[in-house]
Amino acid sequence: MITVNSIFKKFGKLEVLKDFTLSFERGNSYAIMGPNGSGKTTLIKSILGMVLPDKGEILVKGLSIKGSNDYRKFIGYMPQIGRYPQNMKIGQLFSMMKDMRPEIKTYDLDLVEAYELDKIKDKSLGTLSGGTVQKVSAALAFLFNPEILILDEPTAGLDPIAVEILKSKIKNEREAGKLILVTSHILSDLEELTNHAIYIFEGEVFFNDSIESLKEITSEEKFSPAIAKLMQWSLKKKSTTKALTYA
Amino acid sequence: MLKLLKYALYDILKSRFALIYTVFLALVAISIYQVSDDLSKVSLSLMNIMIMIVPLISAVFATTHFYNNLEFIELMLAQPVKRSQVFLSQLFAVIIMLSLSILIGFGLPMMLWGADSSLITLLAVGIILSAVFTGFAFLASVMTRDKAKAIGISLGLWIYFSLVYDGFVLYFIYSFADYPLEKATLALVMLNPVDLGRILMLMQLDISALMGYTGAFFQKFFSSSMGLLIAGGTLMVWMLFPNFFALRVFRKRDF
Repeated sequence: MITVNSIFKKFGKLEVLKDFTLSFERGNSYAIMGPNGSGKTTLIKSILGMVLPDKGEILVKGLSIKGSNDYRKFIGYMPQIGRYPQNMKIGQLFSMMKDMRPEIKTYDLDLVEAYELDKIKDKSLGTLSGGTVQKVSAALAFLFNPEILILDEPTAGLDPIAVEILKSKIKNEREAGKLILVTSHILSDLEELTNHAIYIFEGEVFFNDSIESLKEITSEEKFSPAIAKLMQWSLKKKSTTKALTYA
Repeated sequence: MLKLLKYALYDILKSRFALIYTVFLALVAISIYQVSDDLSKVSLSLMNIMIMIVPLISAVFATTHFYNNLEFIELMLAQPVKRSQVFLSQLFAVIIMLSLSILIGFGLPMMLWGADSSLITLLAVGIILSAVFTGFAFLASVMTRDKAKAIGISLGLWIYFSLVYDGFVLYFIYSFADYPLEKATLALVMLNPVDLGRILMLMQLDISALMGYTGAFFQKFFSSSMGLLIAGGTLMVWMLFPNFFALRVFRKRDF
C-alpha cells in the first residue's frame, strides 16, 4: 500500500535517510522503532509529504506522491504534539477538518464519544491540557475512517483510561484490515498493537520482519528483551564499522 | 483556499493582538485630532507615526504569527490541500488583519472629524506597507528554523528601510550636493518602500514647496499620471516580490 523506494534525505551535512527502502502492506500493523534521531519521524513526514526527499520516490496506493496532495485523504495522522489555533474551539476545529475533506460524509465518532469531546466542544483549544489535546488529535486521526493510520507516539501524555480506549480502537481498526504505522518508545504498547517490527538505525533499516521472527532470531521469549538485544546488536555494528574505519 | 483563509482569519481576528493594535492606532489618531484642527497638520503627524510603527508591528507580528502557527501549518500540510494554499491563507489572513486594524483604527476618527485626500493616501500607504513588511517577515520565517533569528532578520530589515537607508541617502545627497541629483534621488526613493510611501504622502501636502528644487521635481513627477503609475508599479513590485519568494521557499521547505 505504501512503498518507499530508495529515498535519501540530508539535513545540512547530516544524512538522515540513506538509500531507504521499505514497503507497508494493508492489514498489517507496523511498529517503527529506533533510537532518537534515527530517522523515524523523517520517514513518517516524508510519507506525509511534509519533508521532501532529495532522491527516490514514495508510492501510496501505487501512485507517486510527488507534487500530489490528494493521496493524503487516505491517511489519518496523529502528530507527536498536536498544537492547534489557540482561539479556535474544539467544535470549530472538527467542523474545519470536515470542511477539508468535503467528499467524506460518514464520520467515525467512536473516539469523540469515548473521550466525551462533545461535552467540551465550546472550549478553546488554547485552554486545554496536554492530555486533552492528545485526545483531540487521536479523535481527528480516526474521524474520516482512513485506510492508512500514522500514529506518532500515540499514547504519550494520555491517562491510563484514555490509553486503553485508544489501544482498543487501534486494535479494532487493525482487525478491519487497515494499515497502521505506530512509533513509540513504550515497548509494551507496541507489542500489543503491532505484528511487524521495523528497527531503524542511523537512517537504514536494521530489522524488518514479523514480531515472531524477531523473537526467534534474538532467541528471546518476550518483546522487550528482544528489542534490547536488537539495540545491542545495532550498537555493536556501529562499533565494528568504527573500528574498520580507524584501521 | 477560501475555506483555509476563513479559518485562518477567524483565528487571527479573535486574537487579543488584533484588538490591542486597533485600539492603539485609534488612540493615536484621536489624540492627534484633538491637538490640531488643521487637517494637513493632522495627516503629517499621523504619517510620521504610521511610517515608523506600521512596518515595525507588521514585521514583528507576522514573524511571531508564522512561528506560533507552525504546528497548525503542519497539521494542514497533512491534509489533502495544496501547500501553496496553506501558505497563502496564512499570508492573506495576516495582511487582512493588519489592514483592517489600520482602516478601523485610523478610519473611524477620520469619519468623525473629517479627512482629505492626503488622509486617504495615508490609509492606502499603511495597507501597502503592512503587506510589504508581512512579505519580508514571512520570507525571513520560511528561510530560518528559529523564531529568534527570523524576528532578528525582520527587525533588521525594518531598521534598514526605516533608519539606515535614510542616513545613507542623506549622506549621498550631502556628498554630491554640487551635482543635479533629482533623478538619482528619485531612483533611491524607489529602492525603499518606506520612503516611497512617505514621498507619496508628502506630495499630497503643500509642504513639498519647502523641499526646494528636488521637492518641485518630485511634485511634478508624482503629480503626472506616468509618475504615479511608476510609483504604484514599484510599490506593487515591493509587495509581490518578497511574498512570491517566500511562497517559493515554502513549497520546497521541510517541516
